[in-house]
Amino acid sequence: MKRTVPLFITFFVGTLLIVSVFLPPVQSMGENFTLFFDIIAVFAFFLGGGNLVRIHLDKVSRRKKDWGYSLVTLFGFFLVLASGLFKIGNAGGIAASVTASGSWFQTIFERVMNPLSSTMYALLAFYVASASYRAFRAKNREATILLIAAFVILLGRTPFGTMITAWIPDSLSALQVPNMAIWIMSSPNLAGQRAIMIGIGLGVVSMSLRVLLGIERTYLGEDKG
Amino acid sequence: MNTGIMDHLALWTAAFLTLGIISFLYRDNVWYKICEAVFVGASAGYWFVTYFWDNIYGKFWVGVFPGDPSRSPDYALLVGGALGLLMLMRLIPKIGWLSRWPLAFIVGATAGLNLIGYFASNVMVQVADTVRPLLGADGGASLYDVIGNVVVAVGTFTALIYFFFSKEHKGAFGGAAKVGIFVLMVTFGASFGYTVMSRMSLLIGRIDFLLGDWLGLIK
Repeated sequence: MKRTVPLFITFFVGTLLIVSVFLPPVQSMGENFTLFFDIIAVFAFFLGGGNLVRIHLDKVSRRKKDWGYSLVTLFGFFLVLASGLFKIGNAGGIAASVTASGSWFQTIFERVMNPLSSTMYALLAFYVASASYRAFRAKNREATILLIAAFVILLGRTPFGTMITAWIPDSLSALQVPNMAIWIMSSPNLAGQRAIMIGIGLGVVSMSLRVLLGIERTYLGEDKG
Repeated sequence: MNTGIMDHLALWTAAFLTLGIISFLYRDNVWYKICEAVFVGASAGYWFVTYFWDNIYGKFWVGVFPGDPSRSPDYALLVGGALGLLMLMRLIPKIGWLSRWPLAFIVGATAGLNLIGYFASNVMVQVADTVRPLLGADGGASLYDVIGNVVVAVGTFTALIYFFFSKEHKGAFGGAAKVGIFVLMVTFGASFGYTVMSRMSLLIGRIDFLLGDWLGLIK
């Protein structure tokens, strides 16, 4: 019951979703399963959100180290939750879209989430640059090729790259740095990306088959039922 | 509250948070940690709300109780709702094993959808796009394009050979694998350069916000 039923559900649902692509009469059931998937995924997320609240509430109530930050996390969580669920500030009231312009939820997205996420990612520019300065060495042929490709792409996307090769005549425009960058992106880079994508695709297919056939069972946990 | 004051407050909050994250460049500090905590809490709340309105309300509630007489209710969705509730059984240790059923559903559905989806988009489409006339569909491709087509075809093939570990990389096979490594190195270098530039453009965006929207120094 504890392991057989889940294994059967996995096999049945996965197989039906595959069959639904080929058999139109089963298609509606496949669509329903996709909807179930979305609904269940939300509950899984609720579980995660609940866990976040539980952990931080525990930290605050026990005055553990850095509990003040947990308080800030909880404040941020509940503020967004309240403004989104009750649609605070929505001009159209509760019937309006949660992302309506001027609503608290949308303002928080634009003025809190967006600045935070884009600045976090922007910070990586400094760390990637500093890491590459320390790690990038043309020690062998492979490293040199990587270095040159990265350099051309970086240069090709700046006005400086355009400027330094602007003197090259149009008949040899392929040698201009921006065009070289475009060529690298659309030819050798595309080839490598394709090989990686094909590899991932084949890996996913084989892993999916292992899951559907019950060979891969780690998602059921260790309990022997 | 006055809309103008609210706008100003939101603008200053955005500036405060942006500078707080940037302050990490100096070192880990209280300001950064506060911003980080806000980010964690607000992100969780944001996705909670988005999923609630999109899926629980938009798909489940509206599906079961359409409110529109012309639409018939879809009671099959109750099965999805019941499975979703079973997921919460994880919180009750005695019957926690019941949460495996919805989990099995999610795993099975993911496997089924991915098997077809990835095979179609990552394998079939990519192979079809690689196996193409080198001289173009009408045979009139320029030398530049022909070289590009050859590089894509040979590069994809040799890079795939590199990923094939069931045969020792020796002789002609090893030579092809070596070419594959060079192609992959170009890919990694290009991806690196592209990532750095995208991060740079984000950074420029934030500086533009600070100097333009916030301080008004850039018009």
